[in-house]
Amino acid sequence: MARFPTVLRKAARRGGHAGILVFFVTFLAFPFYWMMITTFKTTQDLYNTANNPYLFNTPPTLNHLQVLFNDTQYLQWLANTAFVGVLVVIITLAFAVPAGYALARMTGAWAQNLGIAIFLTYLVPPTILFIPFSRIIAELGLQDSLWSLVLVYPSFTIPFCTWLLMGFFKAIPRDLEDAAMIDGLSRLGAFIKVVIPISMAGVLTAIIFAFTLVTQEFVYGVTFITSSAHYTVSVGVPTFLVRGDVYFWGSMMGACLIASIPIALIYNLFVDRFVAGFTVGAVK
Amino acid sequence: MHRPAPAAATPRQRAGLFGRIADNERWLWRLMLAPAILYIVLLVGFPFLLSLYYSFSDAIVASREMNFVGLENFRRVLDSVTFWVALKNTIFITVVSQVLVLVFANALAMALLVDFPGKWLVRFLILLPWVAPISLGSVGWLWIFDSIYSIINWTMREAHLLGPGQWPIWLGTPELAMASIITVQVWRMLPLATVIILAGLSSIPQDIHDAAAVDGAGFWRHMFQITLPLVMPVALIAVLFGIVFVFTDLIAVFVLTRGGPYDTTQVLASWAYFIGIQGGDLAGGAAVSLFLFPVLVAVAIVFLRMARRAELT
Repeated sequence: MARFPTVLRKAARRGGHAGILVFFVTFLAFPFYWMMITTFKTTQDLYNTANNPYLFNTPPTLNHLQVLFNDTQYLQWLANTAFVGVLVVIITLAFAVPAGYALARMTGAWAQNLGIAIFLTYLVPPTILFIPFSRIIAELGLQDSLWSLVLVYPSFTIPFCTWLLMGFFKAIPRDLEDAAMIDGLSRLGAFIKVVIPISMAGVLTAIIFAFTLVTQEFVYGVTFITSSAHYTVSVGVPTFLVRGDVYFWGSMMGACLIASIPIALIYNLFVDRFVAGFTVGAVK
Repeated sequence: MHRPAPAAATPRQRAGLFGRIADNERWLWRLMLAPAILYIVLLVGFPFLLSLYYSFSDAIVASREMNFVGLENFRRVLDSVTFWVALKNTIFITVVSQVLVLVFANALAMALLVDFPGKWLVRFLILLPWVAPISLGSVGWLWIFDSIYSIINWTMREAHLLGPGQWPIWLGTPELAMASIITVQVWRMLPLATVIILAGLSSIPQDIHDAAAVDGAGFWRHMFQITLPLVMPVALIAVLFGIVFVFTDLIAVFVLTRGGPYDTTQVLASWAYFIGIQGGDLAGGAAVSLFLFPVLVAVAIVFLRMARRAELT
């Protein structure tokens, strides 16, 4: 084959490569770009259909953010989310760290099956359980209380974090613990003093994952919580800010953006570890 | 592989019950596992059984009294036109979105396999929909699909793709509303599928690619006869997650259309919410949401098979 077509083909492939990336980045990130533009636009600019919506036709404004922080309960919702998130993370670690370690060190076929069974409960969706839960929560007197979320959210964070931590603990050589035990530590002591300190990366991953799941949860929140002061961010914005016919688009987009970006930045650092958990050991 | 029982390595006997448990592995494992298993049984297993029980009862929000009514709820549900619409929509949205996700994620993962400047930024942007709370992302789409200020419509008009007087109402016409919901589902599941498939692609040994190149396989042949077959097991995992998350999802429909216009975009989960929680008919809602369960069982079986295979290799 002549040289010229080869050059052409290379250029075409490079162009195709860039084209695919541009297309998908636009599709996936555009809603967030659009949130950003909308947040800082003046109301008359937003609602004038003659204007080019991609540009600031009037100077950018902080008005929508002022409304969001001063006239809505957004800060309260952020605080609620943090409150529930921190407690759920603590509960999750208390249950999942020992369970993950036991699963990693147990031998025999049923240990493996038990691990998979626990992981599968993560897949049981809130939309199957939310109706009986609404009654259970009412019976417990937790309706419209953040404690209902603190109680229920670990039911999906514990299964996944147990699975995730099991993977981490399996990767730690047993020799380390055996050596510690020869030095006089019990098995439990070796776990607490030797294994946990070198597994901090795994524990941190579990913390991030549990916290992210809490910020994303919607179904239980919208079912249990009835007063706007007790909403979390993911429930408050779509239910309370979208009410009636008046949509405060600027403030709403600001609300979505502010709650999304910090989590995304942290999550991004740990994404490879989550993938390892999700692929159930099929990728090595 | 056999190793000596680690307990034998303990140099001295510890006194007291705590000391003995701390060293006795069988009991230690049970004690460490029990709390997590108990939590899961109480907060997943028990509500699930309760849900089964409700679906055979006449439970409503307003009253504590409950009577066994047999299959009455299921008969009522199956007689309802909305149920069949919701079931059809749920299956349609799941199948179409997952086919699109599978194709898109493979293309995107292959593009991400090579190194290029700014890759971390691209990866960050691509992951945003998966990481951000779905309900907030859906609110973003609600604004994109707005009836008057839709950015899509404005862009299409400027590009002269829309004639004068043409102005699609995305969330107000049944077909377009379905298309909008599918778009949001593809949008939010694509990142996870992409990173999973990317992990699968990266794990294919370079020797295989080299051997194919030596044998003179072209780009397309290489892709369809070597890369894709090897990455399929991993892609299957991505699709399984996608099926579970999309089939049981309430959020996209709740935020975008609330099942409208006229229940044409209702899915099983949203309908269960509207009759069970908003309508107060716990029994009916429980019966509807139980129809989500068979899919879950099917996915679980495939997972178990894959896990067993991963164990063997």
